[in-house]
Amino acid sequence: MSANVTLSDAESAARLVAFGLRPKQVPSRDVVYADLVRRYGEDSVFKQLTNGVAAGMGLMVLDVSAGSGIVLAANEESAFETKMDSYARAAKIRDRRETEKVLHGIIHLAVAALGFPRPDDLANDTYVGRVSVEQVDGVVREACRVLDERAAGKGDPLVDAPELEHAWQAYMRRPEAAATKDGRLAADSTRGMVSRALRFLAEQGFLVAVNADAEGVYRTTHRYQVQVRELAADNAFAELLELGVVTVPESGGSLRTSTVDTL
Amino acid sequence: MTRLRLVSVPEHEPTYELDDAMTRRMKALACTAPLHDLDARKGMLDWVDAGIYQMAEIALHMIDKVTIAMDFDSGADHERMINKVTPFVAAQAPDRPNTEHARVAGWVLDNLLNVGTVDRGFRRVYGELDEGGTYRRRAFDFKLLVERAGTDGQVYLRATDEAINVLVGALDTDVESAQVAAELKLEHLISSGRLAEAKLAAEQARYRTVQFGETLRGRLDATRRDVRAVDWEREIPELLDSALRHVEARFRAESAILRDITAARDDTEDIEQKRRAAELVDIVGDCIRRHTQLQARLQSAGAVFRAEQDRQQFSGPAKRAAIDLYGQLLTPILDQPVGTAARPLEAYFRAAAGIRPPTATSLPSLVSLLLRPAPERAKVVGEVPDPQLAPSEDSERFSEEQWRMADELLDLPEVGRELSGLLAEAAERDPELARLVALRAVHAYSPEVGAAVRSGQGRMLVAVATGRTIETEVYGGDELLLTSAEISAETGTAEDGTDQES
Repeated sequence: MSANVTLSDAESAARLVAFGLRPKQVPSRDVVYADLVRRYGEDSVFKQLTNGVAAGMGLMVLDVSAGSGIVLAANEESAFETKMDSYARAAKIRDRRETEKVLHGIIHLAVAALGFPRPDDLANDTYVGRVSVEQVDGVVREACRVLDERAAGKGDPLVDAPELEHAWQAYMRRPEAAATKDGRLAADSTRGMVSRALRFLAEQGFLVAVNADAEGVYRTTHRYQVQVRELAADNAFAELLELGVVTVPESGGSLRTSTVDTL
Repeated sequence: MTRLRLVSVPEHEPTYELDDAMTRRMKALACTAPLHDLDARKGMLDWVDAGIYQMAEIALHMIDKVTIAMDFDSGADHERMINKVTPFVAAQAPDRPNTEHARVAGWVLDNLLNVGTVDRGFRRVYGELDEGGTYRRRAFDFKLLVERAGTDGQVYLRATDEAINVLVGALDTDVESAQVAAELKLEHLISSGRLAEAKLAAEQARYRTVQFGETLRGRLDATRRDVRAVDWEREIPELLDSALRHVEARFRAESAILRDITAARDDTEDIEQKRRAAELVDIVGDCIRRHTQLQARLQSAGAVFRAEQDRQQFSGPAKRAAIDLYGQLLTPILDQPVGTAARPLEAYFRAAAGIRPPTATSLPSLVSLLLRPAPERAKVVGEVPDPQLAPSEDSERFSEEQWRMADELLDLPEVGRELSGLLAEAAERDPELARLVALRAVHAYSPEVGAAVRSGQGRMLVAVATGRTIETEVYGGDELLLTSAEISAETGTAEDGTDQES
């Protein structure tokens, strides 16, 4: 880094990072923010400086664009990290904590899978996906049903090894909705968990409610796309590879195409 | 079943065949267990003398009603179901108040849902031999009634396949063939004039239709959400074809049945026969209505698929390689055991959940927090807080030392001692000890022999009244004679002789 970095440059870089910590703020609504984003794109010294400031705080700059501003991700053990343990803390019984975490994780993954159904959608910067509570739950249940059919009833979990139960079994067993005494949706039903995930993602600036009337329908934001594409999907994929689970991608994704004569 | 193909050792084959049928039957049997359970547990209800109610019958009736109320879009809500079943409950105990009937119906419904467990389902353990011939215990999870969220946010009830199978008693049968069988039976029954059974068969046919429609509904819903989640190359065209064929055949069969029955209804002189025939006309009419509904869905299914494929498939050329979230992440992870799936999911979550700045309280934010209007009530119940339970202090009235001394004093094998003597001796050591001895002596009066035998105690303290009374400064009452009686394990009862005479 060159020597002509001034105190005010450092302050600007830190300010840009600070903007990233407020995910709902966008450059188009803030002149200072827009200025900094532009500078990041043009001034390579400033870019390095910003990346350095972020790295020092345990953050990673995933993307800086005029549309959604600076997108940050937390490194492991960073003070800014959102921990699954604290997100899924509702589980009271120790044995169930693992299951609870897995269910929450599956739901978050399914939100992204529904928001960006094809690899192209994830890659295409202009793509905007839509998700709703009903659809997210439906996508997972359908995937579970296919896996259940594939197992053909042979996969009932062993009683003395509950940790070997498949994730889809745990999900299928959980009711999609359960009425509580006061007629609301129970939080530990899958739909309750999905709507919590959607609200959480909306708070993080990853989803935006489509309109106030149709409750529970959201559209994805560029920020979410970047987050999933640049980091989350790869991280999970790397973990899967480590487990020896390798899936061969098809050119068109897993979307089925029909032959011409059926159309 | 495909299971047989996995067998590698040929001489074991017959065992597995047997095993497979056994597993199926065990599962079928398990589905009935919650119903038996209801009758077994009704005695424990403290708000009603439930002996008069046949809970399993009420449960079957409830499943019946829920199944009939199911159609393509929704089911019935809790309250409506309870209202529908209450008359049946009332018929079992006409002189009980109506509020009680409704409460019993509600209790049965809650238990069919298994409210109170997280998964709201049932679990039965069964065993089977694996490929190596080792006996393995597996858990079979099933539900009888499930709650589904309707489009308007209401929670509806639906009967599961397991419940429908239990209900119609056609365990482990194919939906479609069962339908054909039921209809053949119906025609036969009508031609031989046995209308009561014909009604039963017609009702079964209706359940089958509902079940069939339910399968189809799931597939169509899934297609609407995501075309590639459903196999449109083979599975669905086959399903649609066979469904259309079936609807066609059923239309023909049921129209014929309807004609016959209507004629039978008009011709017969017997009032009872006439009434039954009329009921049957209603049921068959309902079946035809449901078939029409099913057929409409079938016809639009192809269009749904094409529209969805256009919507979901059209896109420009790939910009760059990206991961296929559904095919490469979601499905493989779902197929992992819970213990293994946690790591990739946590890795995903950490990166996808975004950052969370640590909260720091500042005075301005605290003030605005306090001035903020009360939040509106959320639709979802929040997290249930873990209660912090402080250990209760000093719950023991008597110390361990006192209990030990009391044990010593009250260890009276083969000798009897009067309570007054024991009390005096205890009071010498510790005034509080006397109190403990007195309490234990009173407790030993007419003790529960059965409980002591079951818990496997060798001896138990027995007290009998002597007819005299104790009068001291502190204690007063009947004088008791105490002894430790041997419990003879062979007979399983305390030796009564010792008990009485000592």
